[in-house]
Amino acid sequence: MGNEKSESGSALRRTPLHDLHEKLGARMVPFAGYEMPVQYPTGIMSEHRHTREHAGLFDVSHMGQLIVDAPNGGAGEAALVLEALIPADIVGLGEGRQRYGLLTNDAGGIEDDLMVQNLGDRYLLIVNAATKEADEKHLREKLASSVRVTRLDNALIALQGPEAEAALSNVWSGCQDMRFMDVREAQILGHPCIVSRSGYTGEDGFEISVPNDGVNALAEALLAHAAVQPVGLGARDSLRLEAGLCLYGSDIDTETTPCEAQLKWSIPKVRRTGGERAGGFPGSDVILAQFAEGTERARVGLRPEGKAPVRGGAPLFADENAGQKIGTVTSGGFGPSVGAPVAMGYLAADYCTPDARVFAEVRGKFLPIVVSQLPFIVPSYKRT
Amino acid sequence: MLKFTEDHEWVRIEGDVATIGITEHAAEQLGDLVFVELPDVGKQVGKGDNAAVVESVKAASDVYAPLSGEIVEANQAIVDDPSQVNSDPANAGWFFKLKLSNASEAENLLDEDAYKALIA
Repeated sequence: MGNEKSESGSALRRTPLHDLHEKLGARMVPFAGYEMPVQYPTGIMSEHRHTREHAGLFDVSHMGQLIVDAPNGGAGEAALVLEALIPADIVGLGEGRQRYGLLTNDAGGIEDDLMVQNLGDRYLLIVNAATKEADEKHLREKLASSVRVTRLDNALIALQGPEAEAALSNVWSGCQDMRFMDVREAQILGHPCIVSRSGYTGEDGFEISVPNDGVNALAEALLAHAAVQPVGLGARDSLRLEAGLCLYGSDIDTETTPCEAQLKWSIPKVRRTGGERAGGFPGSDVILAQFAEGTERARVGLRPEGKAPVRGGAPLFADENAGQKIGTVTSGGFGPSVGAPVAMGYLAADYCTPDARVFAEVRGKFLPIVVSQLPFIVPSYKRT
Repeated sequence: MLKFTEDHEWVRIEGDVATIGITEHAAEQLGDLVFVELPDVGKQVGKGDNAAVVESVKAASDVYAPLSGEIVEANQAIVDDPSQVNSDPANAGWFFKLKLSNASEAENLLDEDAYKALIA
């Protein structure tokens, strides 16, 4: 056996739940500078299915949490300032609501994707682990001096799946009044938490920012519920892939634009050409031109016809003779709920038609793969 | 004669035919397998060549030919149901059979005690 990729790292950081992961029998791996659970003894397949059928508890404390506020200007000022870096409608984001957004660069590429939460007197940004230091620096350097950027040194856990609400209700019944993308501040087991009804699995669920000294008690209380099992990063990846959600660094990066990545929905009309607050973000010339003119490639869902998973990095061709390379797979694997391999990647615009058949090169073979709609599963967000 | 490789394969040699599979330790480390690709019968493989591929939810790994020879049988059952490798790696989860071209190569394989020490 060979070729198992490993990331050698020194001085890996640990989350406050490290001892609990070990107690639960997790296999720990280096990820974004942290020692993280990739799976527990039940395994990725079972953890994945358990999340879709019941509820899974994820430690995502490696992710970055940044508070942005305007001490003298109030929330309106902070929102306007954030819009200078994020092409989303943050001014229009109501108190107690969360929105997905992108940090763009001057070339129209994506520096990171993030969640923006309006907490009334301040905004909380949830950013990716691998980019959190760069994001913080970017925000400090580029945001107007009227706002402050502060690191929130909290743990972050996600509780995902159809029984998430029932399990969280055991410690905080207020979660029942929340709908998809709501955010609430609440005392949970005596600790001030920030709860959003969202996640990275395609399921209903919650993400909870909790002080480091309270996260173990909260995690253990949630795990005490019969429906809840711990879930590692392995299943987190297969769950988000089935849900068609991008992984920063794989599916989107500094070289991909929001239009190419099919994330146009995150840039509402008010920020597009003709909108009230059109442009004014890094790369807006490139990005707004792409709204008008289209792009040469786009992110699509891909369903291999056979049983072999097609992984990120596999080149895509128009035919079986490797004549013309027309794209690349950016994420791929087996979808336990789909029961078949699933992938996503970028394809030349001419081929981005649902049901178009292209070929992925895997170990020297050309495997047929069909362009599909994303997501691969029907999300079950609680929208009403 | 049951032997092992440092790449976590087991090799059962009966006469001039070796049956090859992956060890329980390897199956555990890989996690749930979702795909197995086996060599075609009749293919000649050299010791250390890539002979099969296994894929878990997360990653693909190669299975090497532990000895040189000709593939004389491949276990279609694990292609149809890769989970058999996880549930019974030492028996029903065998991969392929090899007609050895150089039986003396087997002298360099590990015995069970040496393999157990390796994974301890």
